[in-house]
Amino acid sequence: MKRYSMLLVYAFFFAITVLPSWLGLYDQYIQFVMTLIGINIVLTISLNLINGYMGEFSVGHAAFMGVGAYVASIITVRLFSDSSFFGAPLLSPKLAIFGFPLALIVGGIAAALFSLLVAVPSFRTRGDYLAIITLAVNFIFKSLVENINAVGGPRGFMGMGKVTNAMGDVIDLPWVMLWTFLAVVVTIVIVRNFVSSTMGKGIVAIREDEIASELMTVDTRRLKVIAFMLGCGLAGVAGGLHGHTISFINPSSYFILQSTIMLVMVYLGGMGSISGSVISAIGFTILLELLKPLDVLRWVAIPLLLILLMLFRPTGIMGNRELPDVFPWLRKYFTSTEEIVSHGSATD
Amino acid sequence: MSLETFLQNFINSMQIGSFLALIAVGYTMVYGVLLLINFAHGDIFMVGAYVGYFLGTLLLNRFDFQLPFDLPAWVVVPVTVILTMAITALVGVTLERVAYRPLRNRGAHRLYLVITALSAGLLLEYLNLWGLGAKDRQFPELFEKQIYPISGVSVTNIQVMVILLAFSVMGVLWFIVQKTRWGMAMRAISYDRLAVPLMGVSVDKIIVTTFVIGSAMAALAGVMYGSAYPILRFDMGMLVGWRAFIAAVVGGIGSIRGAMLGGYLMGFTQIYVAAFLPSTYRDLITFTVFLLILAVRPNGLFGVARRTKV
Repeated sequence: MKRYSMLLVYAFFFAITVLPSWLGLYDQYIQFVMTLIGINIVLTISLNLINGYMGEFSVGHAAFMGVGAYVASIITVRLFSDSSFFGAPLLSPKLAIFGFPLALIVGGIAAALFSLLVAVPSFRTRGDYLAIITLAVNFIFKSLVENINAVGGPRGFMGMGKVTNAMGDVIDLPWVMLWTFLAVVVTIVIVRNFVSSTMGKGIVAIREDEIASELMTVDTRRLKVIAFMLGCGLAGVAGGLHGHTISFINPSSYFILQSTIMLVMVYLGGMGSISGSVISAIGFTILLELLKPLDVLRWVAIPLLLILLMLFRPTGIMGNRELPDVFPWLRKYFTSTEEIVSHGSATD
Repeated sequence: MSLETFLQNFINSMQIGSFLALIAVGYTMVYGVLLLINFAHGDIFMVGAYVGYFLGTLLLNRFDFQLPFDLPAWVVVPVTVILTMAITALVGVTLERVAYRPLRNRGAHRLYLVITALSAGLLLEYLNLWGLGAKDRQFPELFEKQIYPISGVSVTNIQVMVILLAFSVMGVLWFIVQKTRWGMAMRAISYDRLAVPLMGVSVDKIIVTTFVIGSAMAALAGVMYGSAYPILRFDMGMLVGWRAFIAAVVGGIGSIRGAMLGGYLMGFTQIYVAAFLPSTYRDLITFTVFLLILAVRPNGLFGVARRTKV
């Protein structure tokens, strides 16, 4: 039963999101919100890896999302569409179906490499310095893109709509939503496996007590860099999807507010809990959409929510537990963290 | 670059550096006492500027709502400045009371404090945006601007005032920290948090004092900044304040000397980079340079590496 339980869960969500969209049962707005939810799930889980499992404080995740968005969008627009920025496409738009996932992956790799630039100097230091450096990365990214006029600078970059239409012309599927769904599945699988592996246990050990884990043969520097690159790479993939969902990106969309939104989702869900991240990403995205009529008051509500969270429920919805830990009857169908933690214990 | 341009840039750098130093000192003092990076401090600076704007405009009778009397400028200026400093200090203390103290008393992990600080700063910013709208505000002219041309370099009286004020305030601060009992307590807390209450000193009172001083200095910087650059934006806390924060960190967080040096260093970098390169590169170069300094000297220029006992 446990072998196939997660597959059934994925199939269920596929059936209620991608399938009806393909059949045209949902209108464009609902499809847009669902895609956004999927992107936010990927972002939250990727940030949870760094902030939750590793216990660091990275405030610049939006910058890596932005790197992925820009890189993926530039690639697809350059190769597959006729744009005002670059002119005629280099390849046939019909190949966009194959090029799109490749562009996403390249965007993710670019974000991971960019994060390497950030990680290497910052992990020499302790404590709050990662917060400071990632805060500066927000500014650096925005400033960097605003200076590159070839991709629109502060005015923004567009043209992804043509690529998505080109994909739809070949085979009529909700492509961006489909790839978002696959990205969510892949993210959950990667992070789940990473966290239950030896490296993942090392990451949690770093969070609990870095000096002790260094003494216990955990290569903290290497693991920190690996986890950081993985988290930022996934954020880059999410960024690429985001760019193609909203079809118009500019540096301000990947700035401090976006970083804060991601922080809220991570701490709302619980540091170190994948199910918590999923739940809070879904809930928070829907909340933000529901609050749209309030305009600017939305932006007041986000940090206020974070403060209240810190004051009254800092562990978030799920803390560091997963769903089967909270609802024991689920343990028949899914592995819980307790089983992973106690796997191979002396009492077996 | 000609000597005149160099000197002109020098004066401008000293002015901007003074603002940044005043704000950076606030960051550093709170860090020294609480080991907390008060991300909201930049927005306290913004609050100071806006409170100064409201008080100044009100007292100078520039609003549509008129006061029944007219005050001469030499009354308005000190009243505005002192009231602004008082009100902003109140905001800072309220922030500490409502947001930081409950977490400290609970012994919450430092991470939660930092998140709260960041959120509080953003909250202030967006409250401003929501309450006052997106339109920029014009700071009232509290001082009549006079320009003194000295051999090709033009120096405004505001620039002179800002620089002198910054130095004297920092001198007063140095005196307080080094020569008074309050200052001794502040330094003591930064060395050994747990021993201080054992010596009969109330840690909470010292922390409140630190916030009062820091916020008042930020408010002074806000009023002077409004006088020098009269356009106020809702995100000036982020634009100016967080630059001051990076300056404080590069100077060595926890060291007041470092904060002052960092502030002036940041001011000079900003002005001279904009003098040689297109102004869009200013932030990029500034932040990259500062990150490089941190990479080489992780504790900042004056910072002391903290030893953690395992």
